[in-house]
Amino acid sequence: MTTDVIEQESHDEHHDDHKMTGIKRWLYTTNHKDIGTLYLWFAFIMFLTGGAFAMVIRAELFQPGLQLVEPDFFNQLTTVHGLIMVFGAIMPAFTGFANWMLPMMVGAPDMALPRMNNWSFWILPFAFSILLASFFMESGAPNFGWTFYAPLSTTYSNGSTAFFVFAVHIMGISSIMGAINIVVTIMNMRAPGMTYMKMPLFVWTFFITAYLLIAVMPVLAGVVTMLLTDTYFGTNFFNAAGGGDPVMFQHIFWFFGHPEVYIMILPAFGIVSTIIPAFARKRLFGYSSMVYATASIALLSFIVWAHHMFTTGMPLFGELFFMYCTMLIAVPTGVKVFNWVATMWRGSLSFETPMLFSIAFVILFTIGGFSGLMLAMTPVDFQYHDTYFVVAHFHYVLVTGSLFSIFAGTYYWLPKWTGHMYNVTLSKWHFWCSLISVNLLFFPMHFLGLAGMPRRIPDYALQFADFNKWVSIGGFAFGLSQFIFLAVIIKCIKGGKKAPAKPWDGADGLEWTVASPAPYHTFTTPPSQADIDGIYKDEH
Amino acid sequence: MTNKEYENYYVPSQSHWPIVGAIALFMIAVGAGNYVTDLSKDQSGFGVYLLLAGIALIIYMLVGWFTDVVNESLAGKYSHQMDHSFKQGMSWFIFSEVMFFAAFFGALLYLRVFSVPWLGGAGNNAETGAVLWPDFVAAWPLLKTPGGTETTAMGWYGLPLINTVILLTSSITAHFAHSALMKDNRRQLKVWLGITILLGIAFIFFQIQEYAHGYSEEMRLYLTSGVYGNSFYLLTGFHGMHVTLGCIMLIIMWFRVLKGHFTPKNHFAFQAANWYWHFVDVVWIMLFIFVYII
Repeated sequence: MTTDVIEQESHDEHHDDHKMTGIKRWLYTTNHKDIGTLYLWFAFIMFLTGGAFAMVIRAELFQPGLQLVEPDFFNQLTTVHGLIMVFGAIMPAFTGFANWMLPMMVGAPDMALPRMNNWSFWILPFAFSILLASFFMESGAPNFGWTFYAPLSTTYSNGSTAFFVFAVHIMGISSIMGAINIVVTIMNMRAPGMTYMKMPLFVWTFFITAYLLIAVMPVLAGVVTMLLTDTYFGTNFFNAAGGGDPVMFQHIFWFFGHPEVYIMILPAFGIVSTIIPAFARKRLFGYSSMVYATASIALLSFIVWAHHMFTTGMPLFGELFFMYCTMLIAVPTGVKVFNWVATMWRGSLSFETPMLFSIAFVILFTIGGFSGLMLAMTPVDFQYHDTYFVVAHFHYVLVTGSLFSIFAGTYYWLPKWTGHMYNVTLSKWHFWCSLISVNLLFFPMHFLGLAGMPRRIPDYALQFADFNKWVSIGGFAFGLSQFIFLAVIIKCIKGGKKAPAKPWDGADGLEWTVASPAPYHTFTTPPSQADIDGIYKDEH
Repeated sequence: MTNKEYENYYVPSQSHWPIVGAIALFMIAVGAGNYVTDLSKDQSGFGVYLLLAGIALIIYMLVGWFTDVVNESLAGKYSHQMDHSFKQGMSWFIFSEVMFFAAFFGALLYLRVFSVPWLGGAGNNAETGAVLWPDFVAAWPLLKTPGGTETTAMGWYGLPLINTVILLTSSITAHFAHSALMKDNRRQLKVWLGITILLGIAFIFFQIQEYAHGYSEEMRLYLTSGVYGNSFYLLTGFHGMHVTLGCIMLIIMWFRVLKGHFTPKNHFAFQAANWYWHFVDVVWIMLFIFVYII
């Protein structure tokens, strides 16, 4: 391997940038921008894969009765759809953003541990190949839901559980290393003069997210290990006959799982908090309250896990404790929504595509947040539990929340990444098609759930037929709309109007002080104090 | 702030080790998956060979990767800031390990405080107990499971107590070794580090003895002996694996000391191994309290 130091003078943007060519560049790279690109493309491929599964699910649910797939295969599809979207699409996409943007935003030459960064990425394609390969095994893919509750995943699991467990183990290793890299980069690589409270909010949200990841991914590793020994080595952690308890699985799983859902939304807050000020041409309203709100959400996320388990027969005290703690999260989240709205208030708004997605995010994520509040109420949750209401809730926060922020962020930074402006007309088509179809897809699910349609079942009672038809049509339309996104990106990479270093007149941050496309190495010497102080400029 | 005082941060150019590591992990996951699946069907297949090959490859990768890092460090390519990155990276890695053990300690707590008493009818579960397992008596250690598996409990005196003393002592000797390094007393450094390693090996040896005793006809304490055996072997087993890993790290450090590596100011790897050693020591204290004594 080559170990040559990147010379001091390589901050000169036209300097030879030590790039290998061909496949080796991508396999051996230690460059945060290359690795960011890899993460983003991987996430997009996984998004299409998981989306394809969702299409089959919606096709099966288009009409009542069983028509396309066997119930067991349907279960495999819902399981792997969930696993892929959570661990393969949303999380790697955010890690891609982190890789691309964090070093530029804090004025660092690269991530703190560049080789480990590459390792974190390259584990993922292998982990997901294992997961996807299980479809072709005799026993089929995991069929117990992405939450893999015991005893479905132990006593009643099919033969591929061991592969599932080890795939989760290695993707956990990847996540932990990625998160350590993010934390260390932020703590140690900030340019001189960039204090914590001068960091862009985007950096703050990734900082806190990475901390959550380091704290809970090992717990996931622990719980899948117990699952493995229960299934294959005769332990009884989740089996009452040996003194264990299947509900204990849910406790440990959701101790991981609840912070996990914030891992998927806090970076979205960061992206949106970057974009809204840029197109409102104002400073972000209440920067420090945003920081504290993010931190409070992260801390609270550790003490709310059992709100996923209200119907398991917890003691009354537990139900009340977890209900009130969950509702408490609405406070910092409300602070955030208020701040976004206040940032837009009396701003000189313009509606470029990133802004459109961000505004849609604020409104639709809030709807998802409100349905979350409804679910937080223990007595009400008894009716909503395991219905399509829950499906509607978490798709509002994950699709119109996390995914929309990923779209917004992609459009916002595409000029910086590719050096070209994207095709505005096509991107607006992408936005409007996605916006309309996604609401057709998920909004009726609320009513289906309230009327009692259970989730994860390939068939349903006749009275749900009409709504399901519309939901499926919305689903297909949303799926197709994403090809517009693909087209925009490919066109943008291949060419288009040359992007200036700072294409958005209201944008702030160090990433806009370098050329577009960003040179292979940026900030080999730290940015000037004036640039750092200029991150948040005053209102116009 | 002027750029003059800025030390160049070393960003290595391309490295093939990460992709080798990713392939190794892939082989380990597929191999282990196959092996475990075959085991459950009483078959034998290629899984175990793939697993071993993966482990061999990851060892090869780690040796190669660390050799590069050591050479870069000796060549003076690393700045003060790089040292910080490594230290913070190691601290957060140890934190992730703490959380891994927290999952198992959490399980142990849940079993002892909720699961077992509830099976015995505590709280609002009187009927569960009466209908499902009327004869079940809730107690910890759980020597007779509701299903009827019987076992005996491992006492805290004897081997576990000896092991506690050994590991605590080794943490102190590890600290002495570090102090010796700080004073640049190489002879003392070698001696104290050597003693630490020997104590670590002794710990592992006694742990194996303890397992042999547990698996003897006399005790019949197996991995499958209900949740007492489950939590006992998983917690002590994972701890033992971490002690083994820590021991290997210390041995590598010892050889590096022999080669003249490390200075009072620049010894990140040594410090990392030391931190790790203190970490396994703290985990053991928790284990000794919650698994053995209480």
